[in-house]
Amino acid sequence: MALIEIRDVTKTYPSARKGAEPVHAVRDVDLSVEAGEIVGIVGYSGAGKSTLVRLVNALEPATSGSIRVDGTEIVGLSERRLQQVRRGIGMIFQQFNLFTSRTVYGNVEYPLVVAGVPRQERHERIVELLTFVGLADKAHTHVEQLSGVQKQRVGIARALATRPAILLADEATSALDPETTVEVLNLLRRVNADLGVTILVITHEMDVVRSIADRVVVMEAGRVVEEGDAFGVFSRPQHPATQRFVRTLVEDVPDERTVEAIRRRHDGRLVTVSFRDESVSQSAVFAELVRRDVEFELVHGGVEQVRGRAFGHLTLELRGDPARVDEAVGAVSALVETREVA
Amino acid sequence: MDRVVELHSELLTALWETLYLVAGGLTLGGLLGLVIGTTLYVTRAGGIAPNRVVNVLLNVVVNTFRPIPFILLAVGLQPIARAVVGTGIGNTMAIIAVVFGAAFGIGRIVEQNLVSVPPGVLEAARAMGASRTRVVFTVLLPEAFGPLILGYAFAFVAVVDMTAVVGTVGGGGLGNFALTYGYRQFDPWVTWTAIAVVIVLVQLGQFAANAAARKVLRR
Ligand SMILES: Nc1ncnc2c1ncn2[C@@H]1O[C@H](COP(=O)(O)OP(=O)(O)OP(=O)(O)O)[C@@H](O)[C@H]1O
Ligand SMILES: [Mg+2]
Repeated sequence: MALIEIRDVTKTYPSARKGAEPVHAVRDVDLSVEAGEIVGIVGYSGAGKSTLVRLVNALEPATSGSIRVDGTEIVGLSERRLQQVRRGIGMIFQQFNLFTSRTVYGNVEYPLVVAGVPRQERHERIVELLTFVGLADKAHTHVEQLSGVQKQRVGIARALATRPAILLADEATSALDPETTVEVLNLLRRVNADLGVTILVITHEMDVVRSIADRVVVMEAGRVVEEGDAFGVFSRPQHPATQRFVRTLVEDVPDERTVEAIRRRHDGRLVTVSFRDESVSQSAVFAELVRRDVEFELVHGGVEQVRGRAFGHLTLELRGDPARVDEAVGAVSALVETREVA
Repeated sequence: MDRVVELHSELLTALWETLYLVAGGLTLGGLLGLVIGTTLYVTRAGGIAPNRVVNVLLNVVVNTFRPIPFILLAVGLQPIARAVVGTGIGNTMAIIAVVFGAAFGIGRIVEQNLVSVPPGVLEAARAMGASRTRVVFTVLLPEAFGPLILGYAFAFVAVVDMTAVVGTVGGGGLGNFALTYGYRQFDPWVTWTAIAVVIVLVQLGQFAANAAARKVLRR
């Protein structure tokens, strides 16, 4: 059985004003998360991502449906029991949400005090955690003196204090610059690999998902509209929302403005070829063109790595005898997906 | 001027009475205000323990009593004080009036200071499995401690003001002193002496609060 089993879950907020529609923040969601996975949850603002993860640690009660965490049904559980469940689920936030009235040490200590861990044991655990996140020398620093990435390291140490099996990361890197984002993602990868913690990463940055997620869940208007292993979702996005997201990373067919710009310098025939698995190499495609005396030039596109596998979209300008170009396009489409660019 | 010297022991007594009234009023009114303000904050919609009925009722009570001019409140409370503590005049009555007058205002100040705590910080504590009560005492109030000190300093000045006012309706203290020996005996020196003492008192209080808040806020 999966570590987190979400079945037919809906979360409806009552309308704010009389006469207004209630807000369906999460609708009919089914989702299973296996132990040890890193799952990326993406979606535009208001898609329901935060609400969904806040249902998992019951910061919000689900309106209907079933959520099982490590076998325990948490929908309808008493507040007291939920407090127990939450100690097994860590959470980190975009705004870090550290306690400014406490030092780094005090922040990491807090969940241990809540869990009733004796002082000596707390101390050993805190030292261990701060060493793990590389902040052992900052134990007695007040948190406002830390940089953003250091704050998030404290957030991670604090979230892991009670040795949770699950870590929820709600836009944990959105307040960081690209460089420190990489630092935090590396740390999260270590949390997953070394400590075996299952991680749910909410983000709207596809770069983050690409670099860390084993599996991707795409949400729109409260629903899960696409779900699959990271490579599949990136290389073959099905839902329009997913396609828009993936395009922020790699454009498949260039958009109108780009085509216009390309056209200014290239008057040949434009086709986009998409590589989605390693069975077909680029050289095989280029060989088909060369064989037919078709001149080609790469005018747009790129190749991306996801979970160690490559996929890409290359837009080529083809020039030469029209009949031969036709023939070449035919041969290439037999190998890989080929689209004409308007 | 000579009168001031003559009255120095009365002045000292009045000062002690004022300190007693301020300490009593600020402690009890402050505690009551803390309870009122915290309750207002946690029961509001989207708060950590939303409760519409309690929130609306408490707001009505606060909005009813807070705007009453203090002198009217002090006079109006006399029969109640008489019933409760057996006397309608004196410093015990005065404390009851000050507590009553201060609590609602302090409640609002506390509520406003608590609003300045980012809700995400409370959510983080809840996500760690802390109970709501624990969150209030170990996160909400400590996180708001700096602003609360400044809020209470503001309330302290108001309470000093109230202790002077109760001097006119049967309480002791510097207000009563200025009224009895300054105003009624046409001696502005005595009145201004009382004013000077109050100014020093308020400055000391404000200075201490600012220093404490700076230490807590580390800036
Ligand atoms: N406490 C609440 N009361 C009422 N409506 C809410 C509440 N929390 C969220 N919503 C609504 O639910 C919907 C989903 O919100 P949610 O915060 O889950 O989106 P999100 O995908 O996390 O967006 P973002 O990327 O902006 O964080 C939104 O329409 C939001 O306005
Ligand atoms: Mg969100």
